[in-house]
Amino acid sequence: MHILRLFRPTFWVVILFACGLCAQAPPPDLVHKPAPAFARRDLSGKKIKLRMYRGKVVLLNFWATWCAPCQVELPRFETWQKELGAQGLQIVAVSMDDDATPVRSTVRRLHLDFPVVMGDARLGDEYGGVLGLPVTYLIDRDGKIVAKFKGESDLDAMEREMELALHKR
Amino acid sequence: MKFSKITAIMFAMMLMPGLDAFAQFSDPSSSPLSAMTVPQAQQLQPGELASSLKAEAAERPLVLQVGSRVMFAQAHIPGSVFAGPGSQPSGLQSLEKAVAATPKGKLVVIYCGCCPWNRCPNIGPAFKRLHDLGFTNVKALYIEKNFGDDWVAQGYAVDKGE
Repeated sequence: MHILRLFRPTFWVVILFACGLCAQAPPPDLVHKPAPAFARRDLSGKKIKLRMYRGKVVLLNFWATWCAPCQVELPRFETWQKELGAQGLQIVAVSMDDDATPVRSTVRRLHLDFPVVMGDARLGDEYGGVLGLPVTYLIDRDGKIVAKFKGESDLDAMEREMELALHKR
Repeated sequence: MKFSKITAIMFAMMLMPGLDAFAQFSDPSSSPLSAMTVPQAQQLQPGELASSLKAEAAERPLVLQVGSRVMFAQAHIPGSVFAGPGSQPSGLQSLEKAVAATPKGKLVVIYCGCCPWNRCPNIGPAFKRLHDLGFTNVKALYIEKNFGDDWVAQGYAVDKGE
């Protein structure tokens, strides 16, 4: 009897409407929520788990080799990593390139020392849809996202937010 | 003489926004052709494309995504085809394959949305390649900020996956 109810037109109208809502729903705002966990190998083959940086402030940057604003940010991130690493900052970069070859070349050219992992659609979805680059998440020492920066960001403002997170104990 | 100098300076200033997009690439040899090279008459607004996709199948344009596969897999315009990133030689080869069987007069719409319009490295080269191949009705979807903000967040239909 219950199974027969599934064939009622109203049931399917509700299901189709719900599916339509899913397709059109804006991506979730992750700020003030726990950063979605992930584990990847970086370009050197080392396993990187976001969880292993718990206790540090993480700047998680989504970028690509063909993204012009990303090329401006990456050298600045490298400077921050060198200057603020001892205070507990960890930069983690996720390349949204389709292929690792140009990524390796860019990492070498810009002398990036922080971990760089390859992203994919699944990781992009977990972070609310990375449908424009760059996107950077600031994650506090407890693993909670405290800020999101989209597109060409004011790097000075990003640095101020990062320092606030570093000084918050 | 003075007039021509002023004209030259004004012309250079007009080109500045386009050049600025590529000043960001620290390796100048990797600087692709700017989306700013696409004439305004060949640009299509998101609402216009969304309307044209409601037409009968035969009248719909061929819509090609010329950005990255990772972004295509996250969200793309229903019915669009992944044609490869226009900023890379492999992407342009893939684009040529994608249009190999398409009549030269057919409306072809390319889009990317990886970056703001004036920063997009993929649209310009893909647009030029289609013209070089003899396509006479090519338009580029004008995405001001990125695909997420200007298409998905505006409520236009999207598909996911490859």
